[in-house]
Amino acid sequence: MAHFDPNARPFSHQWLNDRLAVDTLKRVLSTEYWIPKNINFLWAMGMVLAATFGVLLISGIFLLMYYIPDTKQAFDSVNYTIMSEVGYGWLWRHMHGVAASVVFLIIYIHMFTGIYYGSYKRGRELIWLSGMLLFVSFSAEAFSGYMLPWGQMSYWAGMVITNLFSLGSLDFQGLVEWIRGDYVPGQAFLGRFFMLHVLLMPLIIMALIVLHFGTLRLPHVNNKDGEEIDFEAEAEKWKAGKRKEAKVIPFNPVFLSKDTFVLGVYFIFYFYLVFYHFEFAMDPVNFDPADPLKTPPHIYPEWYFLWSYEILRPFPKDPGLIAFGFAQVIFFLLPFLDRSPNVAPANRRGIFKFWFWILLVDMIVLTVMGKVPPIGIYTTIGTVAAWVFIILWVLLPFITKAEKPVRGHK
Amino acid sequence: MSDRRDFFGKVLGAYAGLGALGALYAAKRTWDPLPSVKAAGFTTIDLSQAQENVLYTEMWRGKPIFVLKVPKQDKKAYEDKRLITVGGDKFFIAIGLCTHLGCIPAYYPDQHKFICACHGGQFDAAGEVLKAPPPSPLVIPPFTVKGKKVVLGEAGPEYKKLKEAGLVA
Repeated sequence: MAHFDPNARPFSHQWLNDRLAVDTLKRVLSTEYWIPKNINFLWAMGMVLAATFGVLLISGIFLLMYYIPDTKQAFDSVNYTIMSEVGYGWLWRHMHGVAASVVFLIIYIHMFTGIYYGSYKRGRELIWLSGMLLFVSFSAEAFSGYMLPWGQMSYWAGMVITNLFSLGSLDFQGLVEWIRGDYVPGQAFLGRFFMLHVLLMPLIIMALIVLHFGTLRLPHVNNKDGEEIDFEAEAEKWKAGKRKEAKVIPFNPVFLSKDTFVLGVYFIFYFYLVFYHFEFAMDPVNFDPADPLKTPPHIYPEWYFLWSYEILRPFPKDPGLIAFGFAQVIFFLLPFLDRSPNVAPANRRGIFKFWFWILLVDMIVLTVMGKVPPIGIYTTIGTVAAWVFIILWVLLPFITKAEKPVRGHK
Repeated sequence: MSDRRDFFGKVLGAYAGLGALGALYAAKRTWDPLPSVKAAGFTTIDLSQAQENVLYTEMWRGKPIFVLKVPKQDKKAYEDKRLITVGGDKFFIAIGLCTHLGCIPAYYPDQHKFICACHGGQFDAAGEVLKAPPPSPLVIPPFTVKGKKVVLGEAGPEYKKLKEAGLVA
């Protein structure tokens, strides 16, 4: 039985402590959660992502008040009501659109930081897996949100992506019609994607963020050298006042203050885009209302899906779908395909160094090729880049199996 | 004691499992196409005024339908077994969605072919594939011929014959 001090004034520190254990919560969750000193600004990307999700949530709440999920009214509710009638409606829309695009840039930086430093191994497998689940959820959230303005690109992207579920020659038309609730995207489709975008997917994302933080708790974050740190011993040094000697710092306030600085720089970049370059997140084709009888001359997804779209494109239907499916799941398997016990920066890991940089460059090439029309030399480059992507992942277990131990790792 | 707990655990599991199954079924049914959507599935097209080599786009079940009076000079397409004879003229009638991923190909009358802008697929004037990625010809919807009119959504004898010959898709 807990002890409740009858003399504690309501809502005083002690009164709250007796009822909520606020001191313990603060200690466990922030002031005694330890972060290595040996890190750089790339370790702030998690907080940048959390903050961007916050921006998406808040701007989304304002958009939700005027958006109408009706195939006849959706387009005007966005492009007329929100953009020109609602006071500062344009701000929320541009903040929402730009953040949705930038969040993927940061996710990719965050992912490649993890791959570069080997932060998916030795106890950190679940961090990687929960992060990949977040990536997939953000993709679903972005796609469902893209349907809502009901412009030409919304409609035709919806048509193409839902058609993927017919699974090529298996021809599951029934499944496609079930997902759409109609033979083609229509009111039922818009209604359910609206629900997914504003309720179900955000709930799933928030739950996954909690899980992602949870998986981080015991293994702690990695560091620039992949060094295995005895966090308890180092924390004792910090608490004993040997702050220079300790290899760790507390999350709050030390690490958080550095995080906040990076956030400050990031938001200058972000609001520069919102105010001066929002057009990169606003495809001109989507400013034509959805027309089921007219396909736009060139359909392409937003930039962050281009690499996987380009893997689908150069192949015939069934192999293309298999390659696309491969690209969607293969990153999940990274902790198990990397057979080397080394947790170290890629540049110190022999052939893996080349594997990392080729993968990064290949994904940029795929992204560019996904944007240009599928003609001539572009088709060739796209096909080669798609094969390079597949071959890299097939080679990964062999490359890492043969890898020599780095710095005394066994 | 533990036997008793196990038993009650199983009873609770079965009880909750039944409820979950029921809820899943209801959720699945909620996502099904509505009866009104399914019922509005028939379209009648009058072909008496159709001009040769001009593409007409009609709508059936929300999908675009290509109607093309195939030009006689395109011999290969004109002899294609997939064409539908209505009132002595040969027509190509199909769902106007690329069999790759469902974009609408555009018709180029001077070349007598359809070209899909999304992924570069091509079809001839009878809907046969000229260039991948589309894996199969444009799909012929269920139809029945009534004089100079065609009703889509109803499988008539001509459609059944095509289907038996494996020519509808």
